[in-house]
Amino acid sequence: MYVAVKGGEAAIEAAHGWLAEARRGDPSVPVLSPDQVREQLSLAVARVMAEGSLFDEDLAALAIKQARGDLIEAIFLIRAYRTTLPRFGAARPVDTARMRPIRRVSATFKDAPGGQVLGPTFDYTHRLIDFALAAEGEPPAAREAAARAEATPHILDFLGKDGLIQQEASTEETPPDLTRQPLELPASRPLRLQALTRGDEGFMLGMAYSTQRGYGRNHPFVGELRIGMVAVELDIPELGFAIEVAEVMVTECETVNQFAGSKTEPPQFTRGYGLVFGQSERKAISMALVDRALRWRELGEENVGAPAQDEEFVLYHSDNIQGTGFVEHIKLPHYVDFQSELELIRKIRADAMREAAE
Amino acid sequence: MNDYNFAYLDEQTKRMIRRALLKALAIPGYQVPFASREMPMPYGWGTGGVQVSAACMIPEDVFKVIDQGADDTTNAVSIRKFFEKTAGVATTERTAEATVIQTRHRIPERALTEDQILVYQVPIPEPLRFLEPRETETRKMHALEEYGLMHVKLYEDIARHGHIATAYAYPVKVEGRYVMDPSPIPKFDNPKLRSAAIQLFGAGREQRIYAIPPFTDVVSLDFEDFPFDPSAAPHPCALCGAEGAYLDEVIMDDAGGRMFVCSDTDFCRERRAAGHVGAMGAPYEEDAA
Repeated sequence: MYVAVKGGEAAIEAAHGWLAEARRGDPSVPVLSPDQVREQLSLAVARVMAEGSLFDEDLAALAIKQARGDLIEAIFLIRAYRTTLPRFGAARPVDTARMRPIRRVSATFKDAPGGQVLGPTFDYTHRLIDFALAAEGEPPAAREAAARAEATPHILDFLGKDGLIQQEASTEETPPDLTRQPLELPASRPLRLQALTRGDEGFMLGMAYSTQRGYGRNHPFVGELRIGMVAVELDIPELGFAIEVAEVMVTECETVNQFAGSKTEPPQFTRGYGLVFGQSERKAISMALVDRALRWRELGEENVGAPAQDEEFVLYHSDNIQGTGFVEHIKLPHYVDFQSELELIRKIRADAMREAAE
Repeated sequence: MNDYNFAYLDEQTKRMIRRALLKALAIPGYQVPFASREMPMPYGWGTGGVQVSAACMIPEDVFKVIDQGADDTTNAVSIRKFFEKTAGVATTERTAEATVIQTRHRIPERALTEDQILVYQVPIPEPLRFLEPRETETRKMHALEEYGLMHVKLYEDIARHGHIATAYAYPVKVEGRYVMDPSPIPKFDNPKLRSAAIQLFGAGREQRIYAIPPFTDVVSLDFEDFPFDPSAAPHPCALCGAEGAYLDEVIMDDAGGRMFVCSDTDFCRERRAAGHVGAMGAPYEEDAA
């Protein structure tokens, strides 16, 4: 006698209970607070905010705790929360030239107004495990210098003044919103940039790396990389002017790439652009390289069939929430489909064996 | 969960989805792009179906969710709980009592009525996707009614295997115009696509909605000399004795003993309640299984 399996509901409840216990870990170890995550795992918080498309450090920290440190799961929590939020309006474009940088480097000029500012970087550390960090204790205070009073100009503007670099067309049009309209192809550059900035860091890194290894090579220099706080301003129709509603940290990367030119126009350098929430320079640089690779048509280059040049391929596969959901869904029950394949293959095999026997 | 709107989505989003649904019903089988939202369950787990259900649900609805034909599969339980929480609607496991049924991979055995809506969860809405990976190309092919590639594929299957080697997600032509993916239902279910109920298909990750209005012609693709064969399993259900229902195969013991039982759990329950007993079944008792 057989009674069909039941009990999905009880199993789910039990699994959630176990998950909560596993999240907490050994109760003799002090519990982790979201404040600790925000302050001490701030680069994880930055990634969750960037790919979650929501700037809220406390919420991102809580999501990381809830996700047991699985950043894609944390990004998913943020995305699902974000989608329920009302939309009050669109901010004015942030003015990164007025950024107060904590880091600003250029690979194309040894020095420029504003100087090279290394900031809190891993770049010149030796990657040796620091066992002292396992012990308690506070680091000595870092040295401080007076902040620069003036704005720090964009380095690519200096090239622009001489006409050496291509100027971006300026428009007053409201850019489309990837999270409010279905993605249709071909996509405009604002739409592409939106997809790249919230795309998976690992995917973007792989795509960018592939362009450097010859799959759509575009000879990039990091013209400027800057990280710092920018003001977010909102036009208030009732007031007739814009007010500052927030300050957010962003990483901006502008690349200088090899020149295009034609019979009528002398050659100029071209640009790739990356802008990402938080301190996320690996992502910002990758984004700029991929942005540049996707611009082949507009810049009159050849499509060499490289993956990073393929808008449909890049935009359809860069989102880790879409990717992880669909890849992992194959662990859901598929026994109805499998059963139909099973019957089909039995039928085909039976035909084949009957023929062989004849 | 009182902080969320009725059925989770805000009214603006529902309105956007309803517009897409109306367009989809007006052009049967055509894939309407819609601005799919992030949902609190993963893509590929029914986000399209959940958004469509949320957009057509009213407080008086009685909601049923099945996955693989069953109400108690984990993902069906999870989605049913979601709407119990966010919409507070009544839920049921009985097909006959439901007004909105969300499904993954099956069409209920019991014929649906004009008062019911069947919402399908769709992973890949594009029937031509595995022949042409580019969305820009496949949209063009639909616009030009260029379906030769699909027939060539079916022909090649017959040449190689003697059968069309598609057992689920078997392509159909809707009202003589659009070739449509019926979602990964077994081809056994294809004849039920002509139905009195409204059938809505939601693909969240792929941002597409499509629909089959009541009593629309839905033809499974085939050839004159190779007619479509829905192929029923050659066994009755071991619990309720049903013939001609879709059956799951269950491995019983270490020696690989098998039994076959209805995949539609409510259909099986209904039959057993009416006194039918299969070869391995026990007489029906309320809440026994």
